[in-house]
Amino acid sequence: MKKAFAIAIAAATVTLGALTGAAQADQVKVGFAAEPYPPFTSPDASGNWVGWEVDFQKAICAEAKLDCVITPVAWDGIIPALTSKKIDMIIGSMSITEERLKTIDFSDKYYNTPTVVIGPKDQKFDATPEGLKGKVIGVQVSTIHQAYATKYFGPTASEIKEYQTQDEANNDLAAGRLDAVQADSVALDAFLKSEQGACCDVKGVVKDDPSILGLGVGVGLRKGETELKDKINAAIKAIRANGTYDTFSKKYFDFDIYGK
Amino acid sequence: MAAASQSVFDLLAYDAPGWGGVMLGGFYMSLKLAFGGYFLGLAIGIGGACGKLYGGPLIRDLMEIYTTLIRAVPDLVLMLLLYYAGTDALSQLLALMGYGAVDINALMAGIFVIGAVQGAYSTEVLRGAIKAVPVGQIEAARAYGMSPLMVLRRVTLPAMLPHAIPGLANLWMIATKDTALLAVIGLSELTLVTRQAAGSTKAYMLFFLAAGALYLALTLVSNVVIRLIEKRARRGLVRTA
Amino acid sequence: MSEPAAIPAYVPPKARSLFEPHRLVLMAIFAVMIFCIAWFMRWDWIPQYSGKLVSGIGETLLMLFATTIVGFFFAVPIGLVQVTGPKPLAWLSLVFCTVIRGTPLLLQLWLLYYGLGSLFAQYPEIRQSFLWPYLRQAWPYGFAALTISFAAYEGEVMRGAFAGVPRGELEAAQAFGMSRFKMFWRIWLPRAVHRALPTLNGETVLQLKSTPLIATITVVDVFGVISRVRQDTYLTYEPLLLLALIYLCLTGLLILGFRTLENRIPSRGA
Repeated sequence: MKKAFAIAIAAATVTLGALTGAAQADQVKVGFAAEPYPPFTSPDASGNWVGWEVDFQKAICAEAKLDCVITPVAWDGIIPALTSKKIDMIIGSMSITEERLKTIDFSDKYYNTPTVVIGPKDQKFDATPEGLKGKVIGVQVSTIHQAYATKYFGPTASEIKEYQTQDEANNDLAAGRLDAVQADSVALDAFLKSEQGACCDVKGVVKDDPSILGLGVGVGLRKGETELKDKINAAIKAIRANGTYDTFSKKYFDFDIYGK
Repeated sequence: MAAASQSVFDLLAYDAPGWGGVMLGGFYMSLKLAFGGYFLGLAIGIGGACGKLYGGPLIRDLMEIYTTLIRAVPDLVLMLLLYYAGTDALSQLLALMGYGAVDINALMAGIFVIGAVQGAYSTEVLRGAIKAVPVGQIEAARAYGMSPLMVLRRVTLPAMLPHAIPGLANLWMIATKDTALLAVIGLSELTLVTRQAAGSTKAYMLFFLAAGALYLALTLVSNVVIRLIEKRARRGLVRTA
Repeated sequence: MSEPAAIPAYVPPKARSLFEPHRLVLMAIFAVMIFCIAWFMRWDWIPQYSGKLVSGIGETLLMLFATTIVGFFFAVPIGLVQVTGPKPLAWLSLVFCTVIRGTPLLLQLWLLYYGLGSLFAQYPEIRQSFLWPYLRQAWPYGFAALTISFAAYEGEVMRGAFAGVPRGELEAAQAFGMSRFKMFWRIWLPRAVHRALPTLNGETVLQLKSTPLIATITVVDVFGVISRVRQDTYLTYEPLLLLALIYLCLTGLLILGFRTLENRIPSRGA
């Protein structure tokens, strides 16, 4: 019977081997959050991902001559997914912060927008610790907004609620479960313009703190992969210079999203 | 009102402004995950049950540790652990075995994770079923000079099947529902695409209910198939229950 | 055919001698492994989060006990009407059990939280009612989903338990001139609960294993705290390993608790 056991083990191993299939080593897997984050990345009804960042990623990969496949992963596990090589880079509106630079590397920034707080139209308050006193504030987990809200609003707010996706936080604001949401101005602008976002308006831009709010959004990369980083940086420069960046940005925004 | 409800259900249409195609794609993914994970679990279960019953003391203890750990820790936690650590280890193992640097895609990782969890449960189900096979039958097969593998294939496995089917049927049900947990990892199976569709259209109730109907249909169809299989496997047996 | 009893419940391993030679070797290997894990991985975040972890465990246990107890009270009538009728009620509970057991809990949870929750918000009457401060929080939805789930699974068990009480005992009770109500209260219910008790153990462990799902709707249970640690520290394995250890301990404690409970209830034979 020992032999039978050995054969059963062997069979299981072979099954595993067959399951993993052929490897495609040359592809670069581009990770982003598997949840709608309009207007940057959101799925459309035919199952394709669309948005500004999808266009950006296509332009970068074409410019750098990389064979990219887009790979949606859960946002809260996106950095572990990068470090454990499930994906090769993150193009997911991830801000360059000191905290993240301890674990991963970033390309140069490719966009930068201010951070705002929004809330229901019928409530008057502003985006300061005093204004948000006793409020329930929603933020997306693992974002600069979570870090900022926890540090600045945490002591006075009633609760900082953390959401897996920006979409859920927005939804809970519309559903009255939150008093305020702090996030990127562009992402919130898209929400406020939607039917659901009619409930709410911008309460103000938060006071800047570059040590938390970072230096803009960059492509997340594994540490030590300088060759890929150089390629990406060159590609960002190139599409900025040759007008590709502006061409696809115009489809979404009427201002320069690249920032200062 | 009629026009409004008409437009709401248009969201479920198969082609592009409707999300029906995406939902069915997610459902197909769930099915693949459930099938793959279930049969991988079954393979592990056969090995595990044989190990527990016929293996040496060391193998028995290792199997005991495996089944205890898997059954005491929430599936969601196991899935996260296995998804990150397990696929890491697996790709290194396969590289060592000479498959080269293998790149494990999300589907395979999902199947592996479900299979590993299911393996522990099927080990227990199959062990119980094999123990229910009268020892005399196995001894008789051995006395005929059958090799251990032949005993397993010709006697033990077929004879234990009727005892194992209720447990295995239950495991299949668990497998189909466990695939939903992979939504938390970000795998585009039915539950996750449902949330994406619901989030994009804000028609939460509609899409969650539609997904529920798909899962329920799968359960009901499975029930019918299981009943047929059970009838076939039990032929010639005295009705006990 | 898919009897709940067929779900392999957790059975603790039989303690043979711990000092067989291969076990000593195994223990040595595990000791080295644990030492390596403790030594080479990062654990410096534990003191910072210990307070949150304790309150997270408290939240998990509170959810577990609240939902199993309330769920069990629903499970009794759900099981009972399927045995006694009336027909429409029996049919209704059967459909309830089939639907809940046939769809993933995660989907039910999200249906309640996102679907029902945003539906509530559309009605000003609900938003102004005294219930709104509760309804706008996340835990009532988690509580409801877990309770419903437990009621469906345990209801199926109770159906079998009620049906399995020997007819003779009930007939004996009738012969004693007990009223229907008294017979139910004194004989049928206690006997059925007694029969269901062994499976209650496994079902409660399964329920514990379902609780982390509520973290996906912003309830901060122990899983939620660990997710927070993962996001703050970007560590992949350490927080999850600690989480697995915590659940392992909780399962172990539950099983110990049930075993002492079962030993205190007299039963003949097995």
